[in-house]
Amino acid sequence: MTSILPSAAIYEGTRIPSRVPTILDVDPAKHDPEDILRVNFGPNHPSTHGVLRLVVDLDGEQVAGIRAVIGYLHTGFEKTMEHKSWWKSITYPARIDYLSFHSNELEYVLAIEKLLGIEVPRRAIWARMALAELNRIHSHLVWLGTSALEIGAISLFWYAFDDRDAILDLFELAGGTRFHTRYVQVGGLAEDLPPGFTEEARRFCEQMPRSVDEYEALLDRQTIWLERTKGIGLLSAADAIALGQSGPILRASGVNWDLRKNMPYLFYDQVEFDVPVYYNGDVYDRYKVHMDEMRQSVRIVRQCLDRLDETEGEPWIADDRKVVLPPRHELHTSMESLIHHFKIVTEGYTVPEGEVYVVIESPRGEAGCYLVSDGGPRPWRVKFRPPSFAALQATATAVQGCLVADLVAVAASLDPVMGDVDR
Amino acid sequence: MTEYAGVPGLVETREAYGEVTLVIDPARIVEACTYLRDVAGFNMLSDIAAADYLGWGEPGVAGYIGTSDGRDLNAPGSQGHARVPDPKPKRFSVSYHLLRISDDPARVRVQVWLDDGESVDSVIRVWPAADWFEREAWDLMGIRFEGHPNLVRLLMPDDWEGHPLRKDYPLGGEPVRFSEEEA
Repeated sequence: MTSILPSAAIYEGTRIPSRVPTILDVDPAKHDPEDILRVNFGPNHPSTHGVLRLVVDLDGEQVAGIRAVIGYLHTGFEKTMEHKSWWKSITYPARIDYLSFHSNELEYVLAIEKLLGIEVPRRAIWARMALAELNRIHSHLVWLGTSALEIGAISLFWYAFDDRDAILDLFELAGGTRFHTRYVQVGGLAEDLPPGFTEEARRFCEQMPRSVDEYEALLDRQTIWLERTKGIGLLSAADAIALGQSGPILRASGVNWDLRKNMPYLFYDQVEFDVPVYYNGDVYDRYKVHMDEMRQSVRIVRQCLDRLDETEGEPWIADDRKVVLPPRHELHTSMESLIHHFKIVTEGYTVPEGEVYVVIESPRGEAGCYLVSDGGPRPWRVKFRPPSFAALQATATAVQGCLVADLVAVAASLDPVMGDVDR
Repeated sequence: MTEYAGVPGLVETREAYGEVTLVIDPARIVEACTYLRDVAGFNMLSDIAAADYLGWGEPGVAGYIGTSDGRDLNAPGSQGHARVPDPKPKRFSVSYHLLRISDDPARVRVQVWLDDGESVDSVIRVWPAADWFEREAWDLMGIRFEGHPNLVRLLMPDDWEGHPLRKDYPLGGEPVRFSEEEA
């Protein structure tokens, strides 16, 4: 096993700004204050992946200072969820990080299940894993398409969105909607996977690795792409950890860390896959990590599909009538089922008192959910740990020495989803 | 559990749901966090989560749904509590979730308890990642972090009044533009 931390650093010492870690102040020793031009980049700008605002101090084309301003998409999800029953609030997390909807839903449901101590049937766990990995590919494809678009590689956007569509078709097949599926239910899944799902998913798994090869061929031999990504947006392993970075950003800085391997949850300890690690900590390496992760996710999906075929016909949700909705057909014949249905839908189920912090490896990295329950039918406090939020804290460190044109590439490589940042 | 015995300012160690919580004296939080980083190896700050326990255990408040006039649509007693939850020492808790990225990975929750108006020292010099997390806790929950170099609002507009995630800040308390009658 290779060690977790890299042996060589990308640059000497730390580059985190000393006054405020997230604000790069103009250094009067390097730049004449007379030459500085302050520019607002965003919040309404097509290449900011939503409504990110960067206040940039420019010296000619050089970025001399930067400050990220967020909050333009703050909608108060956490406050709203405190006012919904546990059962109803499951719809919200998917809308926080709208690209990794399934992962967010999963993380919230896993936290509720931890408080409840409910056991989930294995078929449901394999289905959750298969969909989580499909969701990862989906999120990475959107990242790839939009990031390449921003640097000028327009055609890749259409290719990537074609494959993304195939994944959304699979989600539609499983949950009935293309995203924000609310397919994960406390205790298991909302419904069993439909017949034919594994065949469709296998067809996708056949085609996807070929697509990744094609995308890589399109970009890796293109001088413009290489020149605009290599050596740009440097982040050393020590700085990345200090700034709370996770997921692909951390692995591109040489840290061999993936929660699926290092602190396994679901059945990730029972599947074979590799964790891609790159050591230069630049935009190019973050791109390479994303590409390799898509290949590895296909590998995991294949193994999950085999297990789903083996567990065909097994239960897909726990048999706990105090928490899980009774089967629809029983409502017409059983008084008790009708009462349970009524109680769960109106009042909701109660969750034992306590606090938990559940973290999973979402497409963007460490996605955490802190839950406090007072023993009632509603969450007392819900707090999400958004990986994009932490990622944007690294802008002031990563853009040092960049030109204004690189700004777009660096911001995109941090893969922020503004819904996730602002909640 | 014994590996945390030497943490400075340790008030109480709790273990529930397989998670370790270290309750720390707020006055010694920086000391405790420096110890956890340098001696116990918790190199990453995963999250800072503040929670407001106003009305904890009182029926009705948990599901307080109101407007700026304070209208409570929920009848007290309809909360479905099986039992009254254990009392909390103070109104606010701030939980620092730490992660050890090493061959021996671990998570730990460091918790301090504060009353309204009390503040806690910033851990921004221990983990730079604390910057936005502390600003968010100030913005939404009104927790003051002493020594933070830039403790201003993060998610809400700069001129916002109040801290929306507090339990006494009602849902629907946000003013709606153009809804006032013209004089």
